[in-house]
Amino acid sequence: MRVPETALSLTLFVIQSLNGLQLGVLLFLMAAGLTLVFGIMNFVNLAHGSMYMMGAFFAASLYQYTGSFLMAALLLAPAMLALGLAVEWVALRKLYQRDHLDQVLATFGLILFFNELARILWGPSPYYMEVPEFLSGAVDLFGIRYPAYRLLIIAAGLLVALGCYVLIHRSRIGMLIRAGATNRSMVGVLGVNIVLLNSLLFGLGAVLAGLAGLLAGPIMSVQAGMGEPILILTMVVIVIGGIGSIRGAFYASLIVGVVDTLGRTLLPALLRSVLERSSADIAGPALASMMIYLLMAVVLAIKPQGLFPVRNA
Amino acid sequence: MNRDMSTAPLRKWSAAGAIGIVLLAALAVLPFYTRATADPFLLTLASRILIFAIAALSLNLILGYGGLVSFGHALYLGLGVYAAVIPSFHGMDNGWLQLLIAVLACGVTGLVTGAIALRTQGISFIMITLAFAQMFFFLFVSLSQYGGDDGLRLASGSNFSGVLLTEPRTLYFSAFLVLCFSLYGCHRLVHARFGLVVRGAKSNEKRMRALGFPTFRYRLALYVISAILCGVAGLLYGNLTQFGSPSYMSWTTSGELIVMVMLGGMGTLFGPLYGALAMILTEEGLKSITEHWMVIFGPLIVLLITVSRLGIAGLLQARDGDGAGPARGGTRETAWAPPALDNDSQPANNTEAKEPT
Repeated sequence: MRVPETALSLTLFVIQSLNGLQLGVLLFLMAAGLTLVFGIMNFVNLAHGSMYMMGAFFAASLYQYTGSFLMAALLLAPAMLALGLAVEWVALRKLYQRDHLDQVLATFGLILFFNELARILWGPSPYYMEVPEFLSGAVDLFGIRYPAYRLLIIAAGLLVALGCYVLIHRSRIGMLIRAGATNRSMVGVLGVNIVLLNSLLFGLGAVLAGLAGLLAGPIMSVQAGMGEPILILTMVVIVIGGIGSIRGAFYASLIVGVVDTLGRTLLPALLRSVLERSSADIAGPALASMMIYLLMAVVLAIKPQGLFPVRNA
Repeated sequence: MNRDMSTAPLRKWSAAGAIGIVLLAALAVLPFYTRATADPFLLTLASRILIFAIAALSLNLILGYGGLVSFGHALYLGLGVYAAVIPSFHGMDNGWLQLLIAVLACGVTGLVTGAIALRTQGISFIMITLAFAQMFFFLFVSLSQYGGDDGLRLASGSNFSGVLLTEPRTLYFSAFLVLCFSLYGCHRLVHARFGLVVRGAKSNEKRMRALGFPTFRYRLALYVISAILCGVAGLLYGNLTQFGSPSYMSWTTSGELIVMVMLGGMGTLFGPLYGALAMILTEEGLKSITEHWMVIFGPLIVLLITVSRLGIAGLLQARDGDGAGPARGGTRETAWAPPALDNDSQPANNTEAKEPT
């Protein structure tokens, strides 16, 4: 029996929306760490993408070594925390009070270093990480089959978003972090070790980025330089969301994820119905890859501070 | 604090300026040396240095003098390259037309993206310039009829009324001339009223606006000029590599341009030339040691920034024996803040100007 065309495109739409949601959740894991470090420490950390890449490589190696995905995830967290703290301590701590240009350049240097390091340690060719067996099936969602692993990514990401909200808005540490964002020296004077707090924040960002790397590992190829495309998407996210705002990062991640994914699948088809086939085939992919940047340009043209500006910034 | 370098034409020979002139003279006679030794590699390397010096100089205009940290300047280099590659792919090798295309493409792109990006400041500006460059990067990656990700060979060199730009020595001297003119133009520009306004906006934008200067328009004009100059460098680069690829506008190239400007000395005339020279030579040196040269190069950048923010030209200036020696102890801001806008130095300037009479 022929499936009606509308039903087919609806299925496609739902699946692509879920894919977009999944990309958005990954972006949020990246954006949360980046926007906190930006907003609170006023520090531009381009090496955040390298943390994601190192997380993916660590996870792939740990998974291969232990044979258990959960074990790899458990071991990854302390490893990423250690890496984040080490990077912060060795290279970046001296740069907090410098202007953004110095920070951009220093972290640019770190990216070059980590990319090449990954190439030396794990070789230049992509590294494949398998989807864990118990998640390799598909789940039936109201008649639409969707891979279980991708659903796990969405669930894990939403859980982390909730955790971040509780940590920042409901816990004592979160209160100190927010206070530090408003007036760093005052919090220091009140007897809080603000340097340690900043290091922890940086470490937390590295763990979240590593988690994103772990989750992305089985669905994208793990290779040197994999951090930069997602880093740039993450930057678009935090610029749209408003720098320093976790809430903004959350909504903007989902928007960017869904717009990017739907744009890539639906736009070429949409153009084909308007334009001639040959010109649509040229314009479609080109426009689709520019979509989120155009979105960002529009947002900034209307609200230069982003959708959810932080008041005290 | 008043070094008076910025209001008066180069009255006193500074070490940085003198070494710059000597360097230019050496670069001018280099092709004669390479002809004698028949060493094509050296000439290509030197051409690359010259072209990147032009690109870095264009970035220095907005970064060093304007205080606008653009992390997407390679976009204009790439547009310039494609302004040569795409027309020649369609059989149009007229260099003048290609130059016109490069200027128009970079000018219009700079105007539109600049108008949006300049609405923001600080971190956002860095991100937006980066994102715009990425946008064009992905655009050219998806243009499969022009080679997409794999790039496209330059079908035939830019033909400037019979003079073919792909001929190594022609290319070298063209790049050299463009560099000399840009150095002169940059010197005139930053010392003109326009340049003073832009530099004033860098040190204190609020004050400049309170004085009634529409800083946005000045900055946008500077951004467009910088974009166009970088596009010209791109046109030359396309003829040097005879290849166009999206990787020329990748964010790593933008980062390398910033490193050149920082390494040479931000907001100094010859800084970009020193920076391009030092960076490309370091790169080549490290490449000859190990294939994984970036493992050394990355930490070197971190080290450079942690240790010194002055750059080569800044260090030369600091060494320059003039009493106060502001560059050594002072921050970058004070080292080249325009004295004419500084309350304290205003009277000093006037008296100095009257002295000779």
